[in-house]
This record gives sequence, C-alpha cells and structure tokens, in this order.
Amino acid sequence: MAELASSAAHVRHGSSIGQPLTRRDGQLKVTGGARYAADNHPPGMLHAALAVSSVARGRVTGLDLEAARAHPGVVAVMTPENRPALAQDPNDKSGPFVFRMELLQDDTVRYVGQPVAVVIAETLEAATEGAALLAPRYAAEPVSTGLEDGEAFVPPAVGVGAPAEVRHGDVEAGLAAAARRVEAVYETPAQYHNAMEPHAVVAAWEGDRLSIDTPSQGLVMAVGRVAGLFGIPPENVEIRSPFLGGGFGSKGAISGPQVLGILAAKLVGRPVKLVLKRDQMYGPVGHRAPTRQTLRLGVDGEGALTALHHHVRTASSRYDDFFEPSGSVSHTLYASPAIATTSDAVRLDSGTPIFMRAPGEASGSIALEGAIDEMAAACGMDPLEFRLRNYAEVEPTSGKPFSSKALRECYAQGAERFGWSGRPLAPRQMRDEDGLLVGWGVGTATFPALMMHGQARAVLRRDGSGLVETGAHDMGQGAWTAFAQIAADSLALPIDQLEFRAGHSGLPDAGIAGGSAHTATAGMAIHGAGADVIARLAELAMTDQRSPLFGAGNAGVVAREGRLVRRDDESRGESYAEILARAGLDEIEGRGTGAMDQAAQEHYAMHAHGAVFAEVKVDPELGQIRATRLVGAFAAGRIINPRLVRSQYYGGMIWGVSFALHEAAVVDRRTGRVMNANLGEYHVPVNADVPSLEAILVDEVDPHVNALGIKGVGEIGITGSAGAVANAVWHATGVRVRRFPIAIEELLGQP
Amino acid sequence: MNRFDYVRPATVAEAVAAAAQPGSAYLAAGTNLLDLMKGGVMRPARLVDLARVPGLDAIEALPDGGVRIGARVRNSDLAYDPGFARRFPAVAEALLSGASAQLRNAATVGGNLLQRTRCAYFYDPASACNKREAGAGCDAREGENRLHAVLGWSEQCIATHPSDFCVPLVALGAVVEIEGQAGRREVPLEEFHRLPGTTPERESVLAPGELIVAVRLPGEAAGFAGHARYVKLRERTSYAFAVVSATAGLRLEDGAIAEARLALGGVAAKPWRVPEAEAVLRGARPGAEAFRRAAEAALAEARPSGDNAFKIELARRILVRALTLAAAGTPERLPALPASPHAPHPGVSLHG
Ligand SMILES: Cc1cc2nc3c(=O)[nH]c(=O)nc-3n(C[C@H](O)[C@H](O)[C@H](O)COP(=O)(O)OP(=O)(O)OC[C@H]3O[C@@H](n4cnc5c(N)ncnc54)[C@H](O)[C@@H]3O)c2cc1C
Ligand code: SF4
Repeated sequence: MAELASSAAHVRHGSSIGQPLTRRDGQLKVTGGARYAADNHPPGMLHAALAVSSVARGRVTGLDLEAARAHPGVVAVMTPENRPALAQDPNDKSGPFVFRMELLQDDTVRYVGQPVAVVIAETLEAATEGAALLAPRYAAEPVSTGLEDGEAFVPPAVGVGAPAEVRHGDVEAGLAAAARRVEAVYETPAQYHNAMEPHAVVAAWEGDRLSIDTPSQGLVMAVGRVAGLFGIPPENVEIRSPFLGGGFGSKGAISGPQVLGILAAKLVGRPVKLVLKRDQMYGPVGHRAPTRQTLRLGVDGEGALTALHHHVRTASSRYDDFFEPSGSVSHTLYASPAIATTSDAVRLDSGTPIFMRAPGEASGSIALEGAIDEMAAACGMDPLEFRLRNYAEVEPTSGKPFSSKALRECYAQGAERFGWSGRPLAPRQMRDEDGLLVGWGVGTATFPALMMHGQARAVLRRDGSGLVETGAHDMGQGAWTAFAQIAADSLALPIDQLEFRAGHSGLPDAGIAGGSAHTATAGMAIHGAGADVIARLAELAMTDQRSPLFGAGNAGVVAREGRLVRRDDESRGESYAEILARAGLDEIEGRGTGAMDQAAQEHYAMHAHGAVFAEVKVDPELGQIRATRLVGAFAAGRIINPRLVRSQYYGGMIWGVSFALHEAAVVDRRTGRVMNANLGEYHVPVNADVPSLEAILVDEVDPHVNALGIKGVGEIGITGSAGAVANAVWHATGVRVRRFPIAIEELLGQP
Repeated sequence: MNRFDYVRPATVAEAVAAAAQPGSAYLAAGTNLLDLMKGGVMRPARLVDLARVPGLDAIEALPDGGVRIGARVRNSDLAYDPGFARRFPAVAEALLSGASAQLRNAATVGGNLLQRTRCAYFYDPASACNKREAGAGCDAREGENRLHAVLGWSEQCIATHPSDFCVPLVALGAVVEIEGQAGRREVPLEEFHRLPGTTPERESVLAPGELIVAVRLPGEAAGFAGHARYVKLRERTSYAFAVVSATAGLRLEDGAIAEARLALGGVAAKPWRVPEAEAVLRGARPGAEAFRRAAEAALAEARPSGDNAFKIELARRILVRALTLAAAGTPERLPALPASPHAPHPGVSLHG
C-alpha cells in the first residue's frame, strides 16, 4: 500500500466533510513518489511489446517469426500457435460489462490496432524491435468505416441495458400542432480517451496464483474477469492499483492488452511488463462512438415545446455491442408533452466503443443544446429565457418528481456571475477592442445521480485511531482524499487519526469508479461501516456498568472527536481507547454497504444539474476560435470537498471546449486507420485554449439520493459546456455549425 | 527501434567523414528523427550525433549587419537572443509560435530546416507513400488531405513542409552554409528545399552526408525590422502546426512601400516565397486594396490537392493580415501568444 503523506496543516471547522483539503497524495505525485503500475519492476521481469494489425478486417496469413526470434534479447514470441490455454473463450459475452477481447484466439483481424502477436524480451527495445520484425501479412477484406456504411439496425439496447426507444406522448401530433418547428442534424466524431497513463500491466505468476499491477476503475470486476479467463479462483488473483493516470471509462473493464501481458507472463514463466504505446491506445481499449443525431422540435406560440424527437445513429464494432446512448439527455432536460428518443446503428470495422466520460450525455447534450438554441433563435427568445420557459418541474418522460433540482439557481447564479443580461439577441453583434467577433452561449448540464454496489470495512483501534478500507479507485480525481474525509466523519475522528486504504483488490469491493457514482457508492459504504463500528462500541460501553455511558440506552450516545458521549449530556462520556481497553479488545470492526435505495429510486428522478455560460472570440476573416471565458454553476447535492469538486467541473468544462472545438479521431475511410493517433495531432485543449474558468457550487440538499446526499460530479461538467461553446460560436458568427469539432473552414463564408 | 551505429564526432570534418557512409543520418535534438525511427519510418544504419561538434552553436553578428546562426543553436536560444529578436522580429515570432516550449528548448536550427512533413501517411508505414518509398504511390491523394499543399504539389506528392521558422527566413533571403566531403558550399534557402515533382523522396539539395553548418541572414534583412510580422493559423491556440501561415516584412519610404518580403507556410513542400506578390506592392501605398492584390498574386497558381480548397482563400486572407500587422509596425514586445490571430493588436484596425 502506498504511503500517503498528509498535506500541509489545514484549518478544520467541525467535520472533515465539506473541507477543501488538498489531495493527500499530491505530494507523492509531484515528487514522483506515487508508484503507478508501470513503475513496478519485480526481479526477473521481462518486457512485452504488441505487434498490432494495420488492416481493419481479414486474417493474418503470415508472421516473420524467424526474424523476431533471432533478434538479440528476444525470449519468446506469443502467437495463436503457442498462446497458453484459457478457461474461457474470449468471445463469450456474459453481460453488458463483459466485452469481447482479442487474446490471440485465432488469426482473425477485427480492427486496426488489434494485437496479432506479443514479443517478450529482456529489454523494451528488443521487444519493440522484435514486434516490428514480425511484419505481418494479411488477407484483407473490404471495410466499413463510416456511419453511412452498411445496413442500419435498431439495437436491442443502448448504453448499459437502456431501451433503444423511449416514447412519451405523441411526437408527430405535437409537431403537427406546433407553431414553429426546427429540424437539425448534428454530427459528433469518434473520440479516444487518451488518459495520460497508458494501459499497463506488470504480471507475475506463482503456480496458479497471479499478482498484477495494473490501473483499474473496477478492481473486483477485473479480478472476476481474469479469474474466469484463466480458470483460477478469484482469491488467487491480487491486483494493485493505487493510482491511475486517468481512466475516463477506458479502464473500467480490464482490456485485451492487459490480459495479453498476463498471458505473456504465463508463457515465459517470469514476470512480464506490458505498456501500450500511445498509438496502440487507438483500438483495443475503447473509444466514444461517432454519432449523427437528428433533432426535431416543435413549439407553440409561446415558445413552449410541443414535441421533441431525438434520433441517434451510432455505430458499434462488427463483433460486439456498445451503443452510445445519446438520447438520454432528452428524457430529463426539457418539459414537453411529447418526447421520443430513438436509435439505430451500423457495424464498423473498428474496436468496440465503450464508456467515455459522460457516455451518451456528452454527445447527446451538444446536439440537444444546439437544437434548443436554434429553436430559441427561431422564436426570437433569449436562449436562457427559452430554457426557463421549458423548465422541467418533473422528469418529463417518467413524470416523477426530482429528488432535488436546483437548476433554476444554477441558471441564476451562473448568468449573474457571467454577466449574461444585456446579451444581444441576434448573432454577430459583439466585437472586442481588436475587432474579434465575440459570442455568448449557454448550455444546460445534466447527469444522472447513480449508485453502484460497494462495501467498506472500518476499524477502531485501542490507541484511539481508525482504519477504513475499501477497494476504491483514485483516477486522479482525489478519491483518496474525499473518501478519507467521509471515513473520518463516519468514525468521528480527526482526519489525521485515520488510516485510509484503497486501490487493492483484497479490500472490500468498492464497485466501479464510473457513472459518477463512486463517491456516493463507496462513500455510503464507508459511512455505513463507520456507523456500524460506533454502534458496536456504544453497545460495549452502554452495557458495561463501569462506563459513564452505562444505561444511556434510551437517550443514546453520539460520537464526537474520538469519544462517545451521552446525547442528553455531552459532558458525560469516554474515549474510544478507554472503552476498548476496558473491554480488553485491541480493535473493533464494522462493515457497511453502499447501494441505490430502490424505494427512493421508484419515486424520484435523480439527477445533478448545471448551467454553463461560455464566451468565445472568433477571428472574422480567419475563422480561428478561442473560448475566452466559461462560467459553470452546478448543483450536485452534498459536496464532500469543494476543491476537488471544482477540479472535476473544470476538467469537464475543458473537455466541453475540446468536444466543441478540438477533439476528433481522423479516420481514413478506406482503411479504418486513425491517422492522428498521437497527442501531437489528436488535439485536446492546451492551457492557452482555456483562459478563464469558473465553477460555482450551488447549494443543494437532497434527502433522497442517499443518506449523505451525494450526487456525482465527475462527468456532468462536459454536458452543457460543449453546447454552450458551440452556441457561443453561433452567436459570435451567425454560422450554425452542426458538425463537431467546429472546423475553421466552416466559418470562412462571410468575412 | 532497429539497431544502428552511433558515432559522436569531435569536429565538423569528422562528422562529414562519418556521415559519408551510406545510410547515415545526423542527429541533432532528435525531436523529429527519433520519432520517425520509433515509428519505423526512418531506419538509419548510423547516427552521427552533432552534440559534441564544436562551432555549431554560436549566434554571430556579421560585419554587414547580418547574422550567422550555427546549425545546433536551439530554437528558444535564438528566439530569446535580444539582439537577434530586435533585428529579425518576425523570425523570433515564428520560432516562438512553433511546437511547445519543451520542444523549442531542444530543437535546433538545422533540424528545423530538415524536419520532415507531417503528412500522416508518411508517418504510417502501412500506407503507400512516395516520399517514404519511391514509386509506392500516395495514399494522401484520395485520403485525409484537408491540410495538404495547394501550391507546388505534384501527382506524386501533396505534402507540405511544416516549419514556421523557415517562412520568415526564406522571405528575408537566408542562405544555408553546407559542408560536405567536397568542401563548403552555400545555397539560398529559397533553393534549398525541392518541390516534389516526380521525386518527392528528395526534399532538399543536400547530397547524402552533407551537413548544414549554419544559416545566414544578410544585413539588409534587418532593414525590415520595423515592419515585420508572422501570423499562423492553428486549430488550437498553441502547440499545433500551421493550417496556413504568412510572414510580411515591409520597408516603407515616404509612406509608400519601398520593398516587401512575403512568404507563406503550410501551403507547399517548401517555405513559399512570393516574389510576384512582393512586386505588386513595390511603390504601393499600404492598405487593404494593395494587400488584397498582393494576396491574389501570391495565390494565383494555387489549386486544391484534395479537400483543401479553403486553404487557398485562407492563405490570401492570412497574407493580408500579415501585411496589415506589418504595416502597423512591429510591436515593442512580442505578444504573449506569438503569431496568433488572438494576440491583442493595440492600435491596429483589423476588421473594419
Ligand atoms: C509534437 C510536435 C509539434 C511540433 N510543432 C511544430 C510547429 O508548430 N512548428 C514547427 O516549425 N515545428 C514543429 N515541430 C517540429 C520541430 O520544430 C522539429 O522537430 C525540430 O525543429 C527538429 O529539430 P531537431 O534538432 O530535433 O532535429 P532532428 O530531429 O535531430 O533532425 C531532423 C532531421 O534533420 C537532420 N539534421 C539535423 N541537423 C542537421 C544538420 N546540421 N545538417 C544536416 N542534417 C541535419 C536529421 O538527420 C534529421 O533528418 C514539432 C515537433 C513535434 C514533435
Ligand atoms: S503526400 Fe507525399 S508524404 Fe504524403 S503520402 Fe503522399 S507521397 Fe507520402
């Protein structure tokens, strides 16, 4: 377990929850002390490198094995011929979270970048050169690479088991009766997660016991998958994942290349390290699928929506299913008597798309927010006023009340801070002192408040300190810190009296760090575990005649700063240490579980919300765009650590800028190759692209989502932001670009 | 990476002798070469490291007022040399608009001149590329070619030269000093890079094994210092190659243009000086009308090589912009966003 340095002393007022602590692992990270998966070098370790396919579909017909094996330092070449046997077919699919993998089961090629062999060598250089020397030959087949290729079909489900079609009211009637209609087609490209840390694995076998260092957003799920594939009991698999250099969904399920590293270690009988090269992350580890979305909106004479139809064309791979659920935002965001979301899809010769930060919501939001903006303009209404006119008081498709929804406050606080009032209605009205076009846009942010299933263990020790354990994942978002804050409060201890352990598969299952649900899920488990220990301790004290708490039964006791005190008289009590000492116990343990409250779920729609306001400047002759100012106001229930939460919002808002203006995989339509598979040319914003960012944390108390009142903050920031930026580009230029990212040439028409 | 010999010569003569062996490549900072080697695009048999060769890293003032820049001078060192930046501000601005701070701190003058194209098909060994392998074909021709050349391209290759640095250099009449087995020679930068024609694999006039030792700017080039700019259009605000770029240097006499120096970047396989456009401006009054005429002349021969017709009009507009900014006078300090349309331009009326 990594040593976590406590950061500089902070002033603590009352509970740890709510304090803006800096990351407890920050010091380790900036000093290089945080050990990421690929930093591990067990004795005798070899290096593995992947040889990957350069064609998108067909078969491998030849590999120059001789050349690779003859290269100095090469120990073995793993191919379908000699790959160790697996207990499960990697093509088996047992659930929506289980993705088919290419584990050298045969010579089939499914996409560009698919591993076709693994070279294992004494050095990384030898392995890499060995892989190059394999020079695969192929029997290639024609490929499908675009959304217009092949027969479209209606998928059985989108996202994780969500219906491909949702209908509420009669959309066609609503459109027919509308005073005004807008129909618009929006296109979003394939995007790749590009976490800073590439997928990496260091695997070591001892008999049928396996020890792995690898980044994971879902430790227990990864253990299950690996154990199943290798036919060993889950308890024989140990995964260490203390730190991730980002995941964004691509490290949710363990990927094929990670398993290939484990297979390589098995083949050579020595520990093996395998790290993906940047360009190898454009294929076997998932991506956000491209979409083409058709929005049809109708309004009455007052600007109230009469119908909203959101149709999504997307794509999965030819061999597995994941369908970007872009329609989901339309289920909740705007009130309309008739709403329909429909999906169809084609199959492409690409790797399988997967969850990528705000999967569905991000791509769907930029399209919906654009279409809403178009309708506002068509109605001659201010886009914020239009959104307020169509404010959903209850969730439109389900009719359920919201568990809480401070979106009005978000609009108001964001608009005030941004200075929205006075925005000219017509586009192309504002210039800065240099003559650049200036535009302002708004977008509504939304993300469901989800919970997975998680567990935690809490311990109070005789020295008065506490220990809380859960197999949680810190992707860089600060989970080490936020969970420790919840843990400290759950045991009523100052945070420096608390040891917090996470990032290891041997700890209680914390669920998945995904769906913006990790803080709520593992947080509730921790909260429950702490309460459980305190209850047990109270039981010890209240039943012991020697304790000042004896007989406090009906009045009850409360935990305060390492002591239990009588609820009716806080001057009477004793320390945890005293209680344990008298009972002759070294420690006392409790357990907790975090899970969605099904009853609340049935009665309430649960979502976080926000409003994002963006300013862009555009060069009128040259078309170059820059986002100059973003203000987001978000309401997401209880905020555990405002500093970390603000960082999540910033990161999301920057991703929104990226979505609208920069980010796209350039796919060669003839071959399916991603032609910009590197961070030089796959553009994400650099510092100069994001001059000013503000995130306002709007107060919101939610008594229904969970006892802590936590919604999620990890993904919502992209939604709303991307649309706000795109809408601001329209407001600056008068050009409505419906294809993202917005390209310079689209804005050159009118100098 | 393949296996290769690595030699570290101690003199220019030793370097040239070492590189005479076929398959050799000079290694400067390696910011381009090592990427190409890792990608299997270039597989030199021998690397001749210039790191210890003396005499290649000086910035020397010349008696005629010009400057001689050693081939190993780092991009940042040159851009931040106050004497140099004052006399050749557009060159400094171009340098600082390139790549990232980390890359500029490493990349050298010689390496910048000889950096290879960013055509994605050139970098992808699985694609057909005449430049990588003579006669193999050109996958960019029918492929993703939004950013490819609009001037000087051939059916065999439509790639561009990506350098920013070279654009003002070529406009200002830079000369390349070359050392080879047969001794020293000099070539004007304008004639240094070759257009693709039927031999896109040959990118410059350098013979195998020849070494760039220095680049020289003549004293008269400093005569444009008061009115010299570089403007670069990018798909993000910083750290991106030019979609198109332009430099303009003006010598004004009595309110008229006595001499103009103009060049475009990102439009062809070489930094593209436009003497036709310079001629249009000779004697003209600076202003939108003259600038637009010059831009029309500069792009008269341009034609799209793929999905890139927009670059032609964009190149005209960016040339007009560079001229407008240059006419307004070189700013006292380089903007914090060098060469960016988003840099503030106090005192200039750009957009009517
Ligand atoms: C991500 C990224 C972004 C970039 N963005 C930009 C940009 O926006 N604008 C821009 O202009 N550039 C950009 N560059 C390119 C960068 O400027 C070049 O990589 C750099 O200038 C090369 O210099 P070097 O010293 O590293 O050369 P090397 O990589 O060492 O060499 C490059 C080539 O020149 C040859 N060579 C080097 N020195 C000599 C010599 N003295 N004589 C003969 N041959 C020699 C080498 O053999 C090799 O073929 C970018 C590069 C990267 C990686
Ligand atoms: S444009 Fe030139 S560099 Fe690009 S693929 Fe064609 S021949 Fe190669």
